[in-house]
Amino acid sequence: MQTLLQNLLNGIAAGSIYALIALGYTMVYGILKLINFAHGDVFMIGSFVGFYAGHYLAKNNADAPPFVNASITMLLAMLICGLLGYLNERIAYRPLRNAPRIASLITAIGVSFLLEYGGQFVFGPDPKFFPPLVEKHLINFGGVVTTNYQLIVLGVAIAFMGLLQYIVYGTKFGRAMRAVSFNFETASLMGIPTDRVISTTFIIGSGLAAVAGILFGLSYPKIDPLMGIMPGLKAFVAAVLGGIGNVPGAVVGGILIGVIEAFVGGSQFSNYRDAIAFVILIVILLFRPSGLFGKYEPEKV
Amino acid sequence: MKKWTFLTVTVLSLVLFGCPPKTGETTGTTTGAAEGGEIVVGEYGSLTGGQATFGQSTHNAIMLAVGEINAAGGVNGRTIKVLTEDDQSRADEAANAVTKLISQNNVVAVLGEVASSSSLAAAPICQSNKIPMITPSSTNPSVTEKGDYIFRMCFLDTYQGQSMARYIYNDLGVRKVAILIDNKSDYSTGLAKFFGDAFKAAGGQIIGEQSYAQGDSDFRSQLTAIKAMNPEVIYVPGYYNDIGQIAIQARDLGMQQPLAGGDGWESPKLIEIGGKALEGCFYSNHYFPGDPAPAVRDFVEKYREKYSATPDALAALAYDAARVLADAIKRAGTTDGAKLRDAIGATQGFSGVTGTINLGPDRNPQGKKLVIVEVKGGELTLKASVDPSGQAAPTPGTTGTTTQ
Repeated sequence: MQTLLQNLLNGIAAGSIYALIALGYTMVYGILKLINFAHGDVFMIGSFVGFYAGHYLAKNNADAPPFVNASITMLLAMLICGLLGYLNERIAYRPLRNAPRIASLITAIGVSFLLEYGGQFVFGPDPKFFPPLVEKHLINFGGVVTTNYQLIVLGVAIAFMGLLQYIVYGTKFGRAMRAVSFNFETASLMGIPTDRVISTTFIIGSGLAAVAGILFGLSYPKIDPLMGIMPGLKAFVAAVLGGIGNVPGAVVGGILIGVIEAFVGGSQFSNYRDAIAFVILIVILLFRPSGLFGKYEPEKV
Repeated sequence: MKKWTFLTVTVLSLVLFGCPPKTGETTGTTTGAAEGGEIVVGEYGSLTGGQATFGQSTHNAIMLAVGEINAAGGVNGRTIKVLTEDDQSRADEAANAVTKLISQNNVVAVLGEVASSSSLAAAPICQSNKIPMITPSSTNPSVTEKGDYIFRMCFLDTYQGQSMARYIYNDLGVRKVAILIDNKSDYSTGLAKFFGDAFKAAGGQIIGEQSYAQGDSDFRSQLTAIKAMNPEVIYVPGYYNDIGQIAIQARDLGMQQPLAGGDGWESPKLIEIGGKALEGCFYSNHYFPGDPAPAVRDFVEKYREKYSATPDALAALAYDAARVLADAIKRAGTTDGAKLRDAIGATQGFSGVTGTINLGPDRNPQGKKLVIVEVKGGELTLKASVDPSGQAAPTPGTTGTTTQ
């Protein structure tokens, strides 16, 4: 029972990070029908901004309470990643918006490689140690052991997911976003500034990836320029699993992947952790091809 | 939906198997080893990627050794030139790198790799081209079984696993051990097996086995399973970049047991990542930089002077490998593949940093020493020194008990 609860907790904590990354995939897909494969690498850049900012603040602003420094670190990472997401869309994707979709997809893979290997060049290829932004404590719930880090990860992830939910469904901008996602051309005919909506979507998605990068760095303090590949891939899978283009679906998909991984990893089949997680994905997609929350849309002739 | 599936599969395979641009460093494009000119030796290593510090220390030490040899007049009046290829810590890239070194750069011999998976990928290529290869530090036994052109400078995992098993059983009195294996690495699976077999043979119990894949970041679920088994020691024969994370997550789960491992832990990054979580953990290694033996002191001094860093075991082995190769070229008097092979194979009584090197008929060094290094107070300290007969003898402090 203890082991079960422990695995569940570990899975939800890991899954909430996947969920944050998956949101970026799903938002961009919802609007542009583009899989932004560079998204996992934006997540990596977020971690590295956190790494440099965290170390800098720990040295030069040591008197401030850790909460303040952690918040500055996170805001800075969101800002820089938001800018990166904006530039990415402006430079790499917008010129191709009317080209066949496969062209943007390949561009996305190109941007991904650029960030990965550019990252190796700039940050150096060897793994780095992410600074502990706040002090770590062990918390014991009757045998189920966790750290305040895991709780912070959960809390921050939920807060940002709530914020996104509010933006998408509760604001004027969110309505514009949904309109563009529903029908790009009609939305632009109705006077919605589609370019601005798309740019903002990239900024928000990249900002969430930055948050995920910081939370990832906190829980798994080894970061390197290729660290975005696997979490990015799994978050993409989570987005597809939840129904790509669907915001709550990405959250559920992310947490589901995290929990499945935790349970398989804790069983005697830990050897096949990734394989089993992906097989479950395939099975779900066989029965629900558009994902758990996706809508089935027949092709109009 | 078919479109989707197809797209997903295509994209996944691109991401997983795509060939990223080479970030490798090549110190020149000179081809050929014309008689009388430079002797061109190839090196392939993990200068970037997951095991980057392995490749970097190895590269530094090779350049140090070759620099010294050339400064002293080279070999048979010719200087040695090293061409380096980066394999990004990947076995498939290692095969490409070695193919390029042999077929395009016509190197006379190849030095590398550290990771056994990469050496295993490159060895058959060297063998079929009849180019001698010396791996400084791949410990998996099957590397040198790839053919008579493949040599190594370090001890084998059989020896390393057995020594650690005996040490844990006899000297620490431990009876219950759990193993956590990196299932993506030939090194880790091999070492885990040799350790497990020896520990069981000694009378101990392996109460559980879990595995992870290199580069994973979450080990909590495997550790949760191990925690429930309550072992006295957890044997984790993985690479340094995962070990720190594993230690931190084990402590986060409230686990206090020491982790033990092999020479894959050896890296300046180990303690940087693992920090306090590694306190009391220990691993088997080829050499200890604090060893008072003159050969070690001399090497550590020269390396520090040139690179402002303490050389790790991989540097020490690479330094020996480069010097053994130069010595063999000198004795052979030629760079012809078969003659060079015979000369390397005849290496006896060569005095190296990691001890006296006597290559046996299986192309492995005989009777090399082994040290067990412990993390104490955030530093590496010598815990014990094991002599080639396999007996562990605890040593006080950091004085070391080497006889060479």
